[in-house]
Order: sequence, then structure tokens, then C-alpha cells
Amino acid sequence: MKETIVISPVTRIEGHAKITIDLNEKKEVDQARIHVTQFRGFEKLCEGRPYTEMPALTARTCGICPVSHAIASSKACDNLLAVRPPKAGRNLRRIINLAQIVQSHALNFYHLSSPDFVFGFDANPEDRNIFKLMQTNPEMAKDGINLRAFGQKIIETLGGKRIHPTWIVPGGVSHEISKETKDAILAQIPEAMDIAQKSLKFFVSNLHKFEKEIKSFGNFPSLFMALVSKKGKLEHYDGLLRFVDSEGKIVEDKIDPKDYKDYIGEAVEEDSFLKSPYFKPYGYEKGMYRVGPLARLNVADKCGTSLADEEFERFKNLNNGKPILQTFYYHYARLIEIIYAIERIEELLNEKETLNPQIRAYAQINRNQGVGCSEAPRGTLFHDYKVNNDGIITGVNLIIATGNNNLAMNAGVTQVAKTFVDGNNIKEGALNRVEAVIRCFDPCLSCSTHAQGVYSSIVEIRDHNKELIESIKRG
Amino acid sequence: MSKTKINVGTIWLDGCSGCHMSFLDMDERIVELSQYLNIIYSPYVDAKEIPANIDLFIVEGAISTDHDLEIIQKIRDNSKKILALGDCAITGNISAMKNLAGTEISLEKGYFELADLNKGKYPNKVVPKLLDKVIPLNEAISVDYFVPGCPTPADAIYAVLKGLIDGVEVDTSKYTRFGL
Repeated sequence: MKETIVISPVTRIEGHAKITIDLNEKKEVDQARIHVTQFRGFEKLCEGRPYTEMPALTARTCGICPVSHAIASSKACDNLLAVRPPKAGRNLRRIINLAQIVQSHALNFYHLSSPDFVFGFDANPEDRNIFKLMQTNPEMAKDGINLRAFGQKIIETLGGKRIHPTWIVPGGVSHEISKETKDAILAQIPEAMDIAQKSLKFFVSNLHKFEKEIKSFGNFPSLFMALVSKKGKLEHYDGLLRFVDSEGKIVEDKIDPKDYKDYIGEAVEEDSFLKSPYFKPYGYEKGMYRVGPLARLNVADKCGTSLADEEFERFKNLNNGKPILQTFYYHYARLIEIIYAIERIEELLNEKETLNPQIRAYAQINRNQGVGCSEAPRGTLFHDYKVNNDGIITGVNLIIATGNNNLAMNAGVTQVAKTFVDGNNIKEGALNRVEAVIRCFDPCLSCSTHAQGVYSSIVEIRDHNKELIESIKRG
Repeated sequence: MSKTKINVGTIWLDGCSGCHMSFLDMDERIVELSQYLNIIYSPYVDAKEIPANIDLFIVEGAISTDHDLEIIQKIRDNSKKILALGDCAITGNISAMKNLAGTEISLEKGYFELADLNKGKYPNKVVPKLLDKVIPLNEAISVDYFVPGCPTPADAIYAVLKGLIDGVEVDTSKYTRFGL
């Protein structure tokens, strides 16, 4: 009989999940797993809907990154129409996508993760949250709120509302941008950049406190996947897929996202509603890969904007130019991406073409299948639609950014649990670290809380088939 | 409710978290509200169990699993007032759209048809059991306040919370409506 420690719900992540840590007879950690406990069924419920509904409908997959879904969805629809949106439409989609990356990254760093950096992983659990930070470090909390608001306000200004905007549509966007709007956004840039740089400085100057965490928070070789531009630069909206290995060797390059099925397989495990994608040529589970900010910086040759590239160079020096393997550095990569996104938003707004009122291409259904792919805050996102000639959806396949990291998240919780958790003397701070590795990945599970329980207070006894035999509440 | 700090819980069940994000979209007004609210259970804090003596529990999302049912009952038992936040909590909304096809058929689609590798079953270990039908909160428990929206806009959340703190009735139709 094995004992299992259950952490449920995992907190300060975007979504709800539980983690189980299996102990062996000696009460040492055997393995740990993350279980995503919600099933939403979008791939079925979209069938029968007109394709024009898809961007707004699939945005509802997620309240944190609705823009990403609307972007990937609209791109899939562009392909159904066989059109490419005009330049202004593409630029505006890029701006709203980058704005979302800023707000989502700020949310992860400030609202969810910073309490661990400021108060420490072993701090009193009642204090480890943004509300406490508002009392003890009001400036920092305000910075976080303002940086997130910078992104959200751009989304609201362009899209009409902050969450689930309906402005991103098949063929482009629904409304052009006025010069006044452009100037209003540009006026916000200096303050946002100031906060972004302060955040990075704070993080880097505190890294020495977390040496043990850096070493053990999902520090292992894996593949990395991301979109890159045709010139190999950091790219979030368009581009081609690239896989690199942990030595930095390019394994696959210039893959058209519509061929994703040749490279990515999806496996089903019985203990999680989240499927486990893997790099097909290497098979399951050898084909483990990571996506998201760390992967994007590992895969790209450079960022392509001046301030971000200065930081990118310092970042790459952490491992002599080779890919950074420590999951803890997702936070670092996220902060560099915020700087990049702000610089790019400014560049794009200043492009003359962005104000062109030609923003949308109109057409009928010209293809019966279309794939849309973009980089969401958490990684590469795929929407794959089939329609009939009337534009009614007959099939949908979605690969959600977070799903790509599923195998790596499991490897990560196992590694950190083996480093910090002692089955004979379970400490709250150790379990917080197991959750914190999940926060590094910044998963967007959009799920529900299901199991009650206190950290370490529930120990489940299961047989080898994982069937529950007994659940014991500890003191 | 008076101007003494009130104990607040928040949770999202089967929803997209958009209403919780709208809560954060109050921006700096959260700092102001946090003088009157004690957030003691929420995805934003590290509490693991539903505390006793909650004054106000804000619930986003519909009910779709056996654990949702269990937890919502516990929330009802431990809370003086429950606020259903957003259309999924109030009507089922997008979360209930899978009722049209049915749970079983939706599972088969996701885990058999659209999978490359499956050992023969859809997820059924450790994860909760899905109900045959997704239901809104008031089909499981009594609900005190309903604030619609997809998601509920930040201004509506602010007005309602301010109203509850000050003991003033708020006309939510000024700030939100279903489907907004």
C-alpha cells in the first residue's frame, strides 16, 4: 500500500488543479503528478455553430487569455476564407495580442508569484498573497496592478471590453484605430516600461536567495517549441514552428503550423482531464517539450527590440548561449517578454500603416479546413476547424498552450517533491514549493476546484490501480 | 453589512475565470475595498479548506462535477450570503452548452476521437466525476444575490461590493446585463 499526499486545490495559479505526491514504503517521494480536474468539452460543443461565432465563443475557454483564443480562432477562420487580413488588421491584432501578454505576465508575476519572492516560500500561508502585499509593499502591489491595467486598458480601448472582446474577427478586426486612441496608448508607454524594468531589476537582484529552488524547480533537459519569425526572431502572432533540444540544436525548423499533426501527438492519461501532447518523432513520453516564455527565448535567435535584446543577451549568458533548462527562469523570461511587448506595441503603433482604415478582408468559405496558431502568454496555441460549405463547424481540435507543458509539469513537480518533501515530516513550506513550480509554468487551466483538503492534511491510501482505499485526515 | 471588515470567500467552479479577472479589473479600487474586505478563501490566497463563518461567498461558474456539488453545499453551510457572479453561475451559460451533446459524447470526442494515444479509457481516476448535466447554482443551493454578465464588468462588481459594505441597495442593471 502506498500513501499519497494531496495538495488541493493548488492555489495562486490561473485555474484549479490538484497535486498528488506518492510516497514509497519508506515514506520517500516516489513520484508526483498534477491532475487537472475540469472538462469543458469545447471540441464537441462548437460543432454545429457558424464559423463566425468561433472567435467570441472560444474566447470563453479562458477569461485570462481570451484574446489568444480569439486570435488563433480568427486565424483559423482566415484560412477557411482563404484570405490574409490587410496589414493594418494584422498590426492591430498583433498589438492586442501583445497587450494581453503584458497583462497576463504581470498577473502571474505580481498577483500570484511575487508573495513567494517577497515573503519567502516558508512564510505564513495567510500572508502569502497580493492583499498582504498591498499592506506591506504598497508601491510594489500598485506597480503590479498598474502594469496589468496597462495591458487590459489597451484591450478595452481596441476591443471594446477587457475580457472577451469581440473585435477580433475572421478576416481582420472590426474597427479601425483613431489617431487619438493611438496617442492615448502611446502616452501610457513610459510608465509601463518603467514598471517593467523595475520588476526585472527586483527579480534579478533577489535570485541569489533562491539557489536551491532554481536548481530543483523542473531543472531537466527537454525539447522546446515556439513560433519564430522567418528571420528566427521572437514571434507571438505569426511565424513558423521550431523545435530545439536542450543543447540548442535545432531539431525541426520552419514548420507550417497547419502541419502540426505531423509533429505533435496527444496522449490521454486516466488521472487528468488535460491531455499530454508530445513530439511525435520521439514518441511518448520521450517527446516531452516545453512551451511558453522560457521556450520562446530558448528557441528564438533574438528578440528584435533594443531593450529586450540587452536583457536577452544577459539571460542567454546564464548557460553560455545554450537553452536555459531551469523552469524557475520562466519568471525571468516572462519579465523580458513584458519589456519586448511594450517596445513592440510602441513600434507597431508608430507604423503609419496601422492607422489605415482597411482592416478586414471579406470572403465566403473557400476551404473546408483551417488551422490557426499563435503564441498565447503560456505557449503555442492551435485551433483547427472543419466546416461544411455553409460555414457550419463540423469538427474542432484545440491544443491549448498549457497542455503542451503537461509532461514537463509532471516531471517538475516530481523533481521538486523529491528535493523538498520528507514523508515522515511534511512541512507546509515544502508543499508550497511543489505548487510554486506549477506557478513557474503559469498554467491556465480554467478549471474548477473540486477536492477539499488542507495541505498535507489528507493522506490517501490507494492500491496499485490508483483506486482509493482510504483517506486519512492528519492533524 | 457594516463598515467593519467582512470575511469574503471567492471560488470559480465550471467557468472560464473571466469573472475573477474582472474582479482584478477593479484595478486600484481593490486596494480601497481591501480595507473593508478580508479575502480569506480564494484562488488568490493560500487557504485550502472552506473556512467557517464567511459573510459573503462570491461564486463564479456552473456546477458540473460531484465535487462541485459537494463544495457548493459546504459553501452554503458556512456562508451567510452567497453571490452568483456571472452568467455561468446564474444560468449555466457557455459551461452548460455541453448539455446539448451530453457528457458522455463530449468525453468520447475529446479523449478517443481527438487523441493519438489512449490506453482505452477517458480520464476517470483521481479526477472528479462529471455530472450528466451541468446546472446553475440555484438548482443546487439557495442563492442570495445574482450579478450577471459574461464576464460581469468590474464596475458592476465594485458597485455591488460597495453597496454591500455600505448597506445600500444597488440596481445592477445600470452596470451589467446577461450576455454583456
